[in-house]
Amino acid sequence: MEFLDSAFMQRALLAAVLVGITAPAIGIYLVQRRQALMGDGIGHVAMTGVGLGFLLSTSPVWMAMAVSVVGVVIMELIRWYGKTRGDIALAMLFYGGMAGGVMLINLAPGGSTANLQSYLFGSLSTVSQSDLTAICVLAGFVALVTIGLRRQLFAISQDEEFARVTGLPVRVLNLLVAVTAAATVTVAMRVVGLLLVSALMVVPVAAAQQLTRSFAATFAIAVAIGVTTTLGGTITNYYVEIPPGATIVLLTIAAFIVFSLIATPLARRRARAAANAAGDPAACAIEARIPGQAGAEA
Amino acid sequence: MDDAPVSAGEPVIALRGVTAELGSRPVLRGIDLTVRRGEVVALLGANGSGKSTAIRTVIGQVPVSGGEVEIFGTPRRRFRDWKRVGYVPQRTTAAGGVPATVTEVVSSGRLSRARFGLLRKADREAVRRALELVGMADRAKDSVDALSGGQHQRVLIARALASEPELLIMDEPMAGVDLASQEILAETLRAQVAAGASVLLVLHELGPLEPLIDRAVVLRDGCVLHDGPPPEAVGQHALPGHDHVHPHTSDITPVRTGLLS
Repeated sequence: MEFLDSAFMQRALLAAVLVGITAPAIGIYLVQRRQALMGDGIGHVAMTGVGLGFLLSTSPVWMAMAVSVVGVVIMELIRWYGKTRGDIALAMLFYGGMAGGVMLINLAPGGSTANLQSYLFGSLSTVSQSDLTAICVLAGFVALVTIGLRRQLFAISQDEEFARVTGLPVRVLNLLVAVTAAATVTVAMRVVGLLLVSALMVVPVAAAQQLTRSFAATFAIAVAIGVTTTLGGTITNYYVEIPPGATIVLLTIAAFIVFSLIATPLARRRARAAANAAGDPAACAIEARIPGQAGAEA
Repeated sequence: MDDAPVSAGEPVIALRGVTAELGSRPVLRGIDLTVRRGEVVALLGANGSGKSTAIRTVIGQVPVSGGEVEIFGTPRRRFRDWKRVGYVPQRTTAAGGVPATVTEVVSSGRLSRARFGLLRKADREAVRRALELVGMADRAKDSVDALSGGQHQRVLIARALASEPELLIMDEPMAGVDLASQEILAETLRAQVAAGASVLLVLHELGPLEPLIDRAVVLRDGCVLHDGPPPEAVGQHALPGHDHVHPHTSDITPVRTGLLS
Protein backbone atom coordinates (compact mmCIF):
# COMPACT_ATOMS: atom_id res chain seq x y z
CA MET A 1 0.00 0.00 0.00
CA GLU A 2 3.05 2.26 -0.39
CA PHE A 3 1.44 3.87 -3.44
CA LEU A 4 -0.97 5.67 -1.07
CA ASP A 5 1.86 7.79 0.32
CA SER A 6 2.51 10.09 -2.61
CA ALA A 7 0.23 13.09 -3.04
CA PHE A 8 -0.05 12.70 -6.80
CA MET A 9 -1.05 9.09 -6.39
CA GLN A 10 -3.78 10.05 -3.91
CA ARG A 11 -5.13 12.55 -6.42
CA ALA A 12 -4.89 10.02 -9.22
CA LEU A 13 -6.76 7.37 -7.23
CA LEU A 14 -9.55 9.75 -6.24
CA ALA A 15 -9.93 10.91 -9.85
CA ALA A 16 -9.92 7.30 -11.02
CA VAL A 17 -12.66 6.25 -8.58
CA LEU A 18 -14.85 9.20 -9.59
CA VAL A 19 -14.44 8.35 -13.26
CA GLY A 20 -15.14 4.69 -12.52
CA ILE A 21 -18.46 5.66 -10.93
CA THR A 22 -19.65 8.41 -13.26
CA ALA A 23 -18.78 7.04 -16.69
CA PRO A 24 -20.89 3.84 -16.46
CA ALA A 25 -23.59 5.69 -14.48
CA ILE A 26 -24.41 8.00 -17.39
CA GLY A 27 -23.29 5.49 -20.01
CA ILE A 28 -26.08 3.08 -19.07
CA TYR A 29 -28.71 5.61 -20.22
CA LEU A 30 -26.86 6.22 -23.47
CA VAL A 31 -26.69 2.46 -24.10
CA GLN A 32 -30.36 2.15 -23.22
CA ARG A 33 -31.21 4.89 -25.75
CA ARG A 34 -28.97 3.15 -28.32
CA GLN A 35 -26.65 6.16 -28.44
CA ALA A 36 -23.62 4.25 -27.23
CA LEU A 37 -21.27 6.31 -29.37
CA MET A 38 -22.50 9.70 -28.16
CA GLY A 39 -19.67 9.82 -25.59
CA ASP A 40 -17.18 9.44 -28.40
CA GLY A 41 -18.72 12.38 -30.23
CA ILE A 42 -18.61 14.55 -27.12
CA GLY A 43 -14.96 13.61 -26.68
CA HIS A 44 -14.20 14.91 -30.17
CA VAL A 45 -16.05 18.17 -29.53
CA ALA A 46 -14.30 18.65 -26.18
CA MET A 47 -10.95 18.87 -28.02
CA THR A 48 -11.92 22.32 -29.22
CA GLY A 49 -12.45 23.24 -25.57
CA VAL A 50 -8.99 21.98 -24.62
CA GLY A 51 -7.47 23.97 -27.48
CA LEU A 52 -9.40 27.06 -26.44
CA GLY A 53 -8.19 26.59 -22.85
CA PHE A 54 -4.56 26.65 -24.03
CA LEU A 55 -5.13 29.59 -26.34
CA LEU A 56 -6.77 31.70 -23.62
CA SER A 57 -4.47 30.37 -20.87
CA THR A 58 -7.44 29.26 -18.78
CA SER A 59 -8.23 25.84 -17.37
CA PRO A 60 -8.57 23.33 -20.23
CA VAL A 61 -10.89 21.23 -18.02
CA TRP A 62 -13.51 23.96 -17.57
CA MET A 63 -13.14 25.09 -21.20
CA ALA A 64 -13.67 21.49 -22.36
CA MET A 65 -16.79 21.36 -20.18
CA ALA A 66 -18.15 24.61 -21.63
CA VAL A 67 -17.51 23.65 -25.25
CA SER A 68 -18.86 20.12 -24.88
CA VAL A 69 -22.05 21.46 -23.27
CA VAL A 70 -22.51 23.72 -26.30
CA GLY A 71 -21.77 20.68 -28.49
CA VAL A 72 -24.37 18.42 -26.85
CA VAL A 73 -27.02 21.13 -26.95
CA ILE A 74 -26.44 21.36 -30.71
CA MET A 75 -26.60 17.54 -30.94
CA GLU A 76 -29.95 17.50 -29.13
CA LEU A 77 -31.30 20.28 -31.37
CA ILE A 78 -30.26 18.25 -34.41
CA ARG A 79 -32.07 15.25 -32.94
CA TRP A 80 -35.27 17.31 -32.46
CA TYR A 81 -35.43 19.18 -35.72
CA GLY A 82 -33.12 17.98 -38.45
CA LYS A 83 -34.01 14.32 -38.58
CA THR A 84 -33.32 13.80 -42.26
CA ARG A 85 -29.60 14.66 -42.41
CA GLY A 86 -28.95 14.24 -38.69
CA ASP A 87 -26.03 11.82 -39.03
CA ILE A 88 -24.21 14.07 -41.49
CA ALA A 89 -24.68 17.08 -39.21
CA LEU A 90 -23.31 15.07 -36.27
CA ALA A 91 -20.29 13.95 -38.32
CA MET A 92 -19.51 17.57 -39.14
CA LEU A 93 -19.86 18.56 -35.50
CA PHE A 94 -17.55 15.76 -34.31
CA TYR A 95 -14.78 16.22 -36.84
CA GLY A 96 -15.13 19.99 -36.76
CA GLY A 97 -14.58 19.76 -32.99
CA MET A 98 -11.48 17.62 -33.41
CA ALA A 99 -9.99 19.79 -36.17
CA GLY A 100 -10.82 22.92 -34.16
CA GLY A 101 -8.90 21.55 -31.18
CA VAL A 102 -5.78 20.79 -33.24
CA MET A 103 -5.96 24.20 -34.93
CA LEU A 104 -6.45 26.20 -31.73
CA ILE A 105 -3.70 24.46 -29.81
CA ASN A 106 -1.21 25.20 -32.57
CA LEU A 107 -2.24 28.85 -32.53
CA ALA A 108 -1.64 29.05 -28.77
CA PRO A 109 1.71 30.64 -27.80
CA GLY A 110 4.23 27.83 -27.42
CA GLY A 111 1.50 25.26 -28.00
CA SER A 112 1.80 22.25 -30.25
CA THR A 113 -0.16 19.11 -30.95
CA ALA A 114 2.05 17.39 -28.35
CA ASN A 115 0.17 19.30 -25.61
CA LEU A 116 -2.99 17.51 -26.69
CA GLN A 117 -1.44 14.12 -25.98
CA SER A 118 -2.26 14.10 -22.26
CA TYR A 119 -5.90 15.04 -22.97
CA LEU A 120 -6.34 12.55 -25.77
CA PHE A 121 -5.06 9.54 -23.88
CA GLY A 122 -5.17 10.68 -20.27
CA SER A 123 -2.34 11.57 -17.96
CA LEU A 124 -2.90 10.64 -14.35
CA SER A 125 0.49 11.83 -13.15
CA THR A 126 -0.29 15.41 -14.17
CA VAL A 127 -3.68 15.69 -12.42
CA SER A 128 -3.35 18.93 -10.46
CA GLN A 129 -5.18 20.06 -7.35
CA SER A 130 -7.37 22.42 -9.39
CA ASP A 131 -8.13 19.64 -11.88
CA LEU A 132 -9.21 17.49 -8.96
CA THR A 133 -11.55 20.18 -7.63
CA ALA A 134 -13.21 20.42 -11.04
CA ILE A 135 -13.45 16.63 -11.28
CA CYS A 136 -15.07 16.39 -7.81
CA VAL A 137 -17.67 19.08 -8.55
CA LEU A 138 -18.60 17.59 -11.93
CA ALA A 139 -18.67 14.03 -10.57
CA GLY A 140 -21.03 15.16 -7.80
CA PHE A 141 -23.35 16.65 -10.40
CA VAL A 142 -23.26 13.49 -12.53
CA ALA A 143 -23.98 11.24 -9.54
CA LEU A 144 -26.85 13.45 -8.41
CA VAL A 145 -28.52 13.35 -11.84
CA THR A 146 -27.94 9.69 -12.69
CA ILE A 147 -29.01 8.33 -9.30
CA GLY A 148 -31.52 10.96 -8.17
CA LEU A 149 -33.45 10.98 -11.45
CA ARG A 150 -32.95 7.31 -12.30
CA ARG A 151 -36.67 6.53 -12.70
CA GLN A 152 -37.32 9.49 -14.98
CA LEU A 153 -34.18 8.85 -17.02
CA PHE A 154 -35.03 5.15 -17.24
CA ALA A 155 -38.50 6.04 -18.54
CA ILE A 156 -37.33 8.46 -21.26
CA SER A 157 -34.51 6.14 -22.33
CA GLN A 158 -36.73 3.05 -22.45
CA ASP A 159 -39.66 4.56 -24.37
CA GLU A 160 -39.58 8.27 -25.11
CA GLU A 161 -43.07 8.33 -26.61
CA PHE A 162 -44.63 6.71 -23.57
CA ALA A 163 -42.64 8.93 -21.20
CA ARG A 164 -44.15 11.99 -22.88
CA VAL A 165 -47.66 10.67 -22.13
CA THR A 166 -46.78 10.26 -18.44
CA GLY A 167 -46.24 14.03 -18.44
CA LEU A 168 -42.45 13.92 -17.98
CA PRO A 169 -40.61 16.95 -19.43
CA VAL A 170 -38.92 14.73 -21.99
CA ARG A 171 -36.96 17.46 -23.80
CA VAL A 172 -35.59 18.92 -20.58
CA LEU A 173 -34.57 15.47 -19.36
CA ASN A 174 -32.96 14.64 -22.71
CA LEU A 175 -30.95 17.84 -22.47
CA LEU A 176 -29.99 16.96 -18.92
CA VAL A 177 -28.73 13.52 -20.02
CA ALA A 178 -26.69 15.22 -22.75
CA VAL A 179 -25.20 17.82 -20.40
CA THR A 180 -24.45 15.13 -17.83
CA ALA A 181 -22.69 13.09 -20.50
CA ALA A 182 -20.63 16.17 -21.36
CA ALA A 183 -19.70 16.60 -17.69
CA THR A 184 -18.67 12.95 -17.54
CA VAL A 185 -16.46 13.27 -20.59
CA THR A 186 -14.74 16.21 -18.92
CA VAL A 187 -14.30 14.27 -15.68
CA ALA A 188 -12.84 11.28 -17.49
CA MET A 189 -10.64 13.30 -19.86
CA ARG A 190 -7.65 13.50 -17.49
CA VAL A 191 -7.86 9.83 -16.52
CA VAL A 192 -8.58 7.82 -19.66
CA GLY A 193 -8.40 10.60 -22.25
CA LEU A 194 -10.93 11.98 -24.71
CA LEU A 195 -10.46 9.22 -27.26
CA LEU A 196 -11.06 6.44 -24.75
CA VAL A 197 -13.81 8.06 -22.63
CA SER A 198 -16.61 6.38 -24.52
CA ALA A 199 -15.21 2.92 -23.79
CA LEU A 200 -15.57 3.46 -20.06
CA MET A 201 -19.16 4.63 -20.56
CA VAL A 202 -20.20 1.69 -22.70
CA VAL A 203 -18.06 -1.40 -22.05
CA PRO A 204 -18.79 -1.84 -18.29
CA VAL A 205 -22.53 -1.62 -19.11
CA ALA A 206 -22.18 -4.13 -21.93
CA ALA A 207 -20.21 -6.46 -19.62
CA ALA A 208 -22.72 -6.18 -16.76
CA GLN A 209 -25.73 -6.93 -18.93
CA GLN A 210 -24.26 -10.28 -19.90
CA LEU A 211 -25.29 -11.44 -16.44
CA THR A 212 -28.24 -9.30 -15.41
CA ARG A 213 -31.98 -9.25 -15.94
CA SER A 214 -32.80 -5.91 -14.29
CA PHE A 215 -31.77 -2.33 -14.92
CA ALA A 216 -30.91 -1.77 -11.26
CA ALA A 217 -28.50 -4.71 -11.19
CA THR A 218 -26.95 -3.67 -14.50
CA PHE A 219 -26.36 -0.19 -13.06
CA ALA A 220 -24.73 -1.52 -9.86
CA ILE A 221 -22.50 -4.07 -11.59
CA ALA A 222 -21.46 -1.62 -14.33
CA VAL A 223 -20.36 0.91 -11.69
CA ALA A 224 -18.53 -1.85 -9.78
CA ILE A 225 -16.68 -2.84 -12.98
CA GLY A 226 -15.92 0.83 -13.65
CA VAL A 227 -14.42 1.41 -10.20
CA THR A 228 -12.47 -1.88 -10.20
CA THR A 229 -10.91 -1.29 -13.60
CA THR A 230 -10.03 2.37 -13.04
CA LEU A 231 -8.43 1.56 -9.69
CA GLY A 232 -6.70 -1.49 -11.18
CA GLY A 233 -5.33 0.57 -14.07
CA THR A 234 -4.14 3.36 -11.81
CA ILE A 235 -2.37 1.07 -9.35
CA THR A 236 -0.78 -0.93 -12.16
CA ASN A 237 0.50 2.33 -13.57
CA TYR A 238 2.28 3.03 -10.28
CA TYR A 239 4.37 -0.12 -10.56
CA VAL A 240 4.73 -0.57 -14.30
CA GLU A 241 5.40 2.13 -16.85
CA ILE A 242 2.32 1.57 -19.04
CA PRO A 243 -0.33 4.11 -20.07
CA PRO A 244 -3.15 4.05 -17.48
CA GLY A 245 -5.98 5.02 -19.88
CA ALA A 246 -5.23 2.18 -22.24
CA THR A 247 -4.77 -0.23 -19.30
CA ILE A 248 -8.18 0.71 -17.89
CA VAL A 249 -9.97 0.27 -21.21
CA LEU A 250 -8.30 -3.08 -21.86
CA LEU A 251 -9.30 -4.20 -18.35
CA THR A 252 -12.96 -3.34 -19.04
CA ILE A 253 -12.83 -5.34 -22.26
CA ALA A 254 -11.28 -8.24 -20.32
CA ALA A 255 -14.19 -7.97 -17.87
CA PHE A 256 -16.60 -8.10 -20.80
CA ILE A 257 -14.98 -11.27 -22.13
CA VAL A 258 -14.96 -12.97 -18.71
CA PHE A 259 -18.62 -12.04 -18.09
CA SER A 260 -19.64 -13.29 -21.53
CA LEU A 261 -17.94 -16.63 -20.84
CA ILE A 262 -19.77 -16.95 -17.49
CA ALA A 263 -23.06 -15.88 -19.08
CA THR A 264 -23.59 -18.84 -21.39
CA PRO A 265 -23.78 -21.62 -18.75
CA LEU A 266 -25.68 -19.27 -16.44
CA ALA A 267 -28.33 -18.53 -19.08
CA ARG A 268 -28.67 -22.25 -19.80
CA ARG A 269 -29.21 -23.01 -16.11
CA ARG A 270 -31.77 -20.21 -15.80
CA ALA A 271 -33.68 -21.43 -18.86
CA ARG A 272 -33.76 -24.96 -17.41
CA ALA A 273 -35.00 -23.64 -14.04
CA ALA A 274 -37.68 -21.56 -15.76
CA ALA A 275 -38.82 -24.54 -17.82
CA ASN A 276 -39.02 -26.72 -14.70
CA ALA A 277 -41.01 -24.05 -12.85
CA ALA A 278 -43.45 -23.73 -15.75
CA GLY A 279 -43.75 -27.51 -16.03
CA ASP A 280 -42.64 -27.49 -19.65
CA PRO A 281 -40.63 -30.47 -20.79
CA ALA A 282 -37.16 -29.52 -21.92
CA ALA A 283 -37.59 -31.15 -25.34
CA CYS A 284 -40.47 -31.86 -27.70
CA ALA A 285 -42.44 -34.84 -26.44
CA ILE A 286 -44.49 -35.34 -29.59
CA GLU A 287 -42.84 -37.34 -32.33
CA ALA A 288 -43.21 -35.51 -35.58
CA ARG A 289 -44.61 -37.68 -38.31
CA ILE A 290 -43.43 -36.45 -41.64
CA PRO A 291 -44.87 -38.36 -44.57
CA GLY A 292 -42.27 -39.87 -46.82
CA GLN A 293 -39.45 -39.64 -44.32
CA ALA A 294 -40.71 -42.49 -42.15
CA GLY A 295 -40.75 -44.80 -45.18
CA ALA A 296 -37.25 -43.78 -46.14
CA GLU A 297 -35.89 -44.65 -42.71
CA ALA A 298 -37.54 -48.06 -42.56
CA MET B 1 -71.44 -4.22 -22.95
CA ASP B 2 -73.83 -3.71 -25.83
CA ASP B 3 -76.18 -1.66 -23.69
CA ALA B 4 -73.57 1.02 -22.97
CA PRO B 5 -74.99 4.43 -23.87
CA VAL B 6 -73.51 5.54 -27.15
CA SER B 7 -73.53 9.27 -26.53
CA ALA B 8 -73.42 9.58 -22.76
CA GLY B 9 -71.38 12.19 -20.98
CA GLU B 10 -68.95 14.86 -22.08
CA PRO B 11 -66.23 14.20 -24.66
CA VAL B 12 -62.92 12.95 -23.23
CA ILE B 13 -61.22 13.17 -26.62
CA ALA B 14 -62.30 15.56 -29.36
CA LEU B 15 -60.61 16.02 -32.73
CA ARG B 16 -62.13 18.68 -34.98
CA GLY B 17 -60.96 19.10 -38.54
CA VAL B 18 -57.49 17.83 -37.71
CA THR B 19 -54.88 17.82 -40.45
CA ALA B 20 -51.35 16.51 -40.10
CA GLU B 21 -48.37 15.86 -42.35
CA LEU B 22 -45.48 13.44 -42.05
CA GLY B 23 -42.66 15.09 -43.96
CA SER B 24 -44.58 16.83 -46.75
CA ARG B 25 -47.10 14.02 -47.23
CA PRO B 26 -50.59 14.80 -45.87
CA VAL B 27 -51.63 11.92 -43.60
CA LEU B 28 -54.75 13.42 -42.00
CA ARG B 29 -56.94 15.61 -44.22
CA GLY B 30 -59.37 17.04 -41.67
CA ILE B 31 -60.80 14.34 -39.44
CA ASP B 32 -63.45 14.66 -36.72
CA LEU B 33 -63.38 12.14 -33.91
CA THR B 34 -65.06 12.20 -30.51
CA VAL B 35 -64.79 9.76 -27.63
CA ARG B 36 -67.31 10.37 -24.85
CA ARG B 37 -66.97 9.31 -21.25
CA GLY B 38 -67.44 5.57 -20.85
CA GLU B 39 -67.30 4.91 -24.58
CA VAL B 40 -65.10 2.37 -26.37
CA VAL B 41 -64.23 3.64 -29.83
CA ALA B 42 -62.28 1.59 -32.36
CA LEU B 43 -60.29 3.32 -35.06
CA LEU B 44 -60.17 1.07 -38.11
CA GLY B 45 -58.65 1.31 -41.56
CA ALA B 46 -56.01 -0.07 -43.87
CA ASN B 47 -52.30 0.39 -43.34
CA GLY B 48 -51.41 3.99 -44.16
CA SER B 49 -54.98 5.25 -43.66
CA GLY B 50 -53.79 7.52 -40.82
CA LYS B 51 -55.18 5.72 -37.79
CA SER B 52 -51.90 5.60 -35.85
CA THR B 53 -51.17 9.21 -36.79
CA ALA B 54 -54.60 10.25 -35.51
CA ILE B 55 -53.85 8.67 -32.14
CA ARG B 56 -50.39 10.20 -32.06
CA THR B 57 -51.81 13.70 -32.56
CA VAL B 58 -53.85 13.13 -29.40
CA ILE B 59 -50.78 12.35 -27.29
CA GLY B 60 -48.76 15.12 -28.94
CA GLN B 61 -46.25 12.87 -30.67
CA VAL B 62 -47.27 14.16 -34.10
CA PRO B 63 -47.84 17.93 -34.47
CA VAL B 64 -51.13 18.97 -36.05
CA SER B 65 -51.07 21.47 -38.90
CA GLY B 66 -54.73 22.45 -38.55
CA GLY B 67 -57.84 21.85 -36.48
CA GLU B 68 -58.22 21.28 -32.76
CA VAL B 69 -57.37 18.43 -30.39
CA GLU B 70 -58.90 18.42 -26.93
CA ILE B 71 -58.40 15.98 -24.05
CA PHE B 72 -60.92 16.16 -21.20
CA GLY B 73 -62.12 19.46 -22.66
CA THR B 74 -58.66 21.07 -22.49
CA PRO B 75 -56.70 21.97 -25.65
CA ARG B 76 -53.92 19.40 -26.05
CA ARG B 77 -51.18 22.02 -25.75
CA ARG B 78 -52.39 23.10 -22.33
CA PHE B 79 -53.28 19.62 -21.08
CA ARG B 80 -51.06 18.62 -18.13
CA ASP B 81 -53.14 16.05 -16.26
CA TRP B 82 -51.47 13.04 -17.90
CA LYS B 83 -52.10 10.72 -14.96
CA ARG B 84 -55.68 10.44 -16.25
CA VAL B 85 -54.43 8.96 -19.52
CA GLY B 86 -52.97 5.49 -20.07
CA TYR B 87 -51.16 5.00 -23.36
CA VAL B 88 -50.18 1.76 -25.05
CA PRO B 89 -47.88 2.43 -28.02
CA GLN B 90 -47.29 0.03 -30.87
CA ARG B 91 -45.02 -2.60 -29.46
CA THR B 92 -42.04 -1.78 -31.63
CA THR B 93 -41.41 1.52 -29.87
CA ALA B 94 -40.45 0.02 -26.50
CA ALA B 95 -37.03 -1.54 -26.91
CA GLY B 96 -34.23 -0.38 -24.66
CA GLY B 97 -30.61 -1.40 -25.05
CA VAL B 98 -30.25 -2.47 -21.41
CA PRO B 99 -32.08 -5.33 -19.64
CA ALA B 100 -35.08 -4.31 -17.55
CA THR B 101 -37.51 -6.33 -15.48
CA VAL B 102 -41.26 -6.40 -15.94
CA THR B 103 -41.68 -4.44 -12.69
CA GLU B 104 -39.15 -1.79 -13.75
CA VAL B 105 -40.98 -1.21 -17.04
CA VAL B 106 -44.43 -1.11 -15.46
CA SER B 107 -43.19 1.26 -12.73
CA SER B 108 -42.53 3.89 -15.45
CA GLY B 109 -46.28 4.07 -15.90
CA ARG B 110 -46.68 5.15 -12.29
CA LEU B 111 -44.38 8.18 -12.62
CA SER B 112 -47.29 10.43 -13.58
CA ARG B 113 -48.66 9.93 -10.08
CA ALA B 114 -45.38 9.73 -8.16
CA ARG B 115 -44.04 13.05 -6.95
CA PHE B 116 -40.34 13.62 -7.83
CA GLY B 117 -40.23 10.08 -9.20
CA LEU B 118 -40.31 8.54 -5.74
CA LEU B 119 -42.34 5.35 -5.64
CA ARG B 120 -44.02 4.94 -2.27
CA LYS B 121 -45.64 1.82 -0.93
CA ALA B 122 -49.00 2.73 -2.48
CA ASP B 123 -47.29 3.19 -5.86
CA ARG B 124 -45.57 -0.18 -5.70
CA GLU B 125 -48.91 -1.67 -4.72
CA ALA B 126 -50.54 -0.09 -7.81
CA VAL B 127 -47.79 -1.54 -10.03
CA ARG B 128 -48.39 -4.99 -8.56
CA ARG B 129 -52.15 -4.65 -9.09
CA ALA B 130 -51.64 -3.64 -12.72
CA LEU B 131 -49.50 -6.73 -13.24
CA GLU B 132 -52.17 -8.92 -11.67
CA LEU B 133 -54.82 -7.44 -13.96
CA VAL B 134 -52.94 -8.69 -17.02
CA GLY B 135 -51.90 -11.96 -15.38
CA MET B 136 -48.18 -11.18 -15.33
CA ALA B 137 -47.58 -10.92 -11.57
CA ASP B 138 -45.63 -14.19 -11.56
CA ARG B 139 -43.20 -12.78 -14.15
CA ALA B 140 -42.57 -9.52 -12.23
CA LYS B 141 -38.82 -10.13 -11.80
CA ASP B 142 -38.15 -11.53 -15.27
CA SER B 143 -36.42 -9.52 -17.97
CA VAL B 144 -38.85 -8.18 -20.57
CA ASP B 145 -36.53 -9.60 -23.24
CA ALA B 146 -37.45 -13.10 -22.08
CA LEU B 147 -41.17 -12.62 -22.80
CA SER B 148 -43.22 -13.68 -25.81
CA GLY B 149 -44.89 -11.05 -27.99
CA GLY B 150 -48.22 -11.48 -26.25
CA GLN B 151 -46.70 -11.32 -22.77
CA HIS B 152 -44.75 -8.22 -23.75
CA GLN B 153 -47.95 -6.55 -24.91
CA ARG B 154 -49.60 -7.43 -21.59
CA VAL B 155 -46.69 -5.71 -19.80
CA LEU B 156 -47.18 -2.56 -21.89
CA ILE B 157 -50.87 -2.55 -21.00
CA ALA B 158 -50.04 -3.02 -17.31
CA ARG B 159 -47.69 -0.02 -17.64
CA ALA B 160 -50.60 2.06 -18.98
CA LEU B 161 -52.88 0.82 -16.18
CA ALA B 162 -50.36 1.57 -13.43
CA SER B 163 -51.50 5.18 -13.15
CA GLU B 164 -55.14 4.04 -12.80
CA PRO B 165 -56.22 6.12 -15.82
CA GLU B 166 -59.73 7.18 -16.82
CA LEU B 167 -58.88 7.14 -20.50
CA LEU B 168 -56.97 4.42 -22.33
CA ILE B 169 -55.39 5.11 -25.72
CA MET B 170 -54.07 1.99 -27.43
CA ASP B 171 -52.30 1.58 -30.76
CA GLU B 172 -52.92 -1.91 -32.17
CA PRO B 173 -52.94 -3.70 -28.81
CA MET B 174 -53.73 -7.03 -30.47
CA ALA B 175 -51.03 -7.00 -33.17
CA GLY B 176 -48.89 -10.12 -32.99
CA VAL B 177 -50.54 -11.31 -29.77
CA ASP B 178 -51.25 -15.02 -29.20
CA LEU B 179 -54.79 -16.18 -28.51
CA ALA B 180 -54.33 -16.74 -24.79
CA SER B 181 -53.00 -13.20 -24.37
CA GLN B 182 -55.76 -11.76 -26.59
CA GLU B 183 -58.34 -13.19 -24.23
CA ILE B 184 -56.60 -11.86 -21.14
CA LEU B 185 -56.37 -8.45 -22.80
CA ALA B 186 -60.07 -8.51 -23.74
CA GLU B 187 -60.94 -9.47 -20.18
CA THR B 188 -58.72 -6.71 -18.74
CA LEU B 189 -60.24 -4.13 -21.03
CA ARG B 190 -63.76 -5.25 -20.17
CA ALA B 191 -63.04 -4.81 -16.44
CA GLN B 192 -61.65 -1.31 -17.11
CA VAL B 193 -64.71 -0.33 -19.13
CA ALA B 194 -67.02 -1.75 -16.46
CA ALA B 195 -65.21 0.46 -13.94
CA GLY B 196 -65.97 3.52 -16.07
CA ALA B 197 -62.89 3.93 -18.29
CA SER B 198 -63.14 5.42 -21.77
CA VAL B 199 -61.10 3.77 -24.54
CA LEU B 200 -59.80 4.82 -27.94
CA LEU B 201 -58.00 2.05 -29.73
CA VAL B 202 -56.54 1.44 -33.14
CA LEU B 203 -57.41 -1.99 -34.45
CA HIS B 204 -56.64 -3.86 -37.60
CA GLU B 205 -59.73 -5.99 -37.05
CA LEU B 206 -62.30 -6.17 -34.29
CA GLY B 207 -61.46 -9.74 -33.25
CA PRO B 208 -62.14 -10.77 -29.64
CA LEU B 209 -62.74 -7.13 -28.63
CA GLU B 210 -65.83 -6.92 -30.87
CA PRO B 211 -68.44 -7.21 -28.08
CA LEU B 212 -66.81 -4.34 -26.16
CA ILE B 213 -66.84 -1.77 -28.91
CA ASP B 214 -69.55 0.90 -28.88
CA ARG B 215 -68.57 2.71 -32.03
CA ALA B 216 -66.17 2.33 -34.90
CA VAL B 217 -64.52 5.09 -36.88
CA VAL B 218 -63.11 3.93 -40.19
CA LEU B 219 -60.40 5.99 -41.88
CA ARG B 220 -59.33 5.91 -45.50
CA ASP B 221 -56.57 8.11 -46.93
CA GLY B 222 -56.71 10.40 -43.91
CA CYS B 223 -60.47 10.99 -44.06
CA VAL B 224 -63.30 9.56 -41.96
CA LEU B 225 -65.19 7.02 -44.07
CA HIS B 226 -67.59 5.72 -41.43
CA ASP B 227 -68.52 6.76 -37.90
CA GLY B 228 -71.15 4.67 -36.18
CA PRO B 229 -71.91 1.19 -34.97
CA PRO B 230 -69.08 -1.29 -35.48
CA PRO B 231 -69.30 -2.91 -38.90
CA GLU B 232 -70.98 -6.33 -38.92
CA ALA B 233 -68.91 -9.33 -39.83
CA VAL B 234 -69.73 -8.91 -43.51
CA GLY B 235 -69.03 -5.21 -43.49
CA GLN B 236 -65.87 -5.73 -41.54
CA HIS B 237 -64.59 -8.18 -44.10
CA ALA B 238 -65.31 -5.65 -46.76
CA LEU B 239 -63.07 -3.06 -45.09
CA PRO B 240 -60.07 -2.00 -47.10
CA GLY B 241 -56.98 -3.84 -46.02
CA HIS B 242 -58.77 -6.39 -43.90
CA ASP B 243 -56.79 -9.59 -43.77
CA HIS B 244 -58.43 -12.70 -42.52
CA VAL B 245 -56.67 -13.77 -39.33
CA HIS B 246 -59.71 -14.48 -37.18
CA PRO B 247 -59.21 -16.56 -34.08
CA HIS B 248 -62.85 -17.78 -34.32
CA THR B 249 -62.03 -20.82 -36.40
CA SER B 250 -59.79 -22.30 -33.75
CA ASP B 251 -61.32 -25.21 -31.86
CA ILE B 252 -58.63 -25.52 -29.21
CA THR B 253 -59.87 -22.67 -27.02
CA PRO B 254 -63.24 -23.57 -25.52
CA VAL B 255 -62.89 -20.92 -22.76
CA ARG B 256 -63.13 -18.20 -25.32
CA THR B 257 -66.89 -17.98 -25.57
CA GLY B 258 -67.18 -17.97 -21.81
CA LEU B 259 -64.87 -14.99 -21.47
CA LEU B 260 -66.49 -12.89 -24.09
CA SER B 261 -70.19 -13.66 -23.90
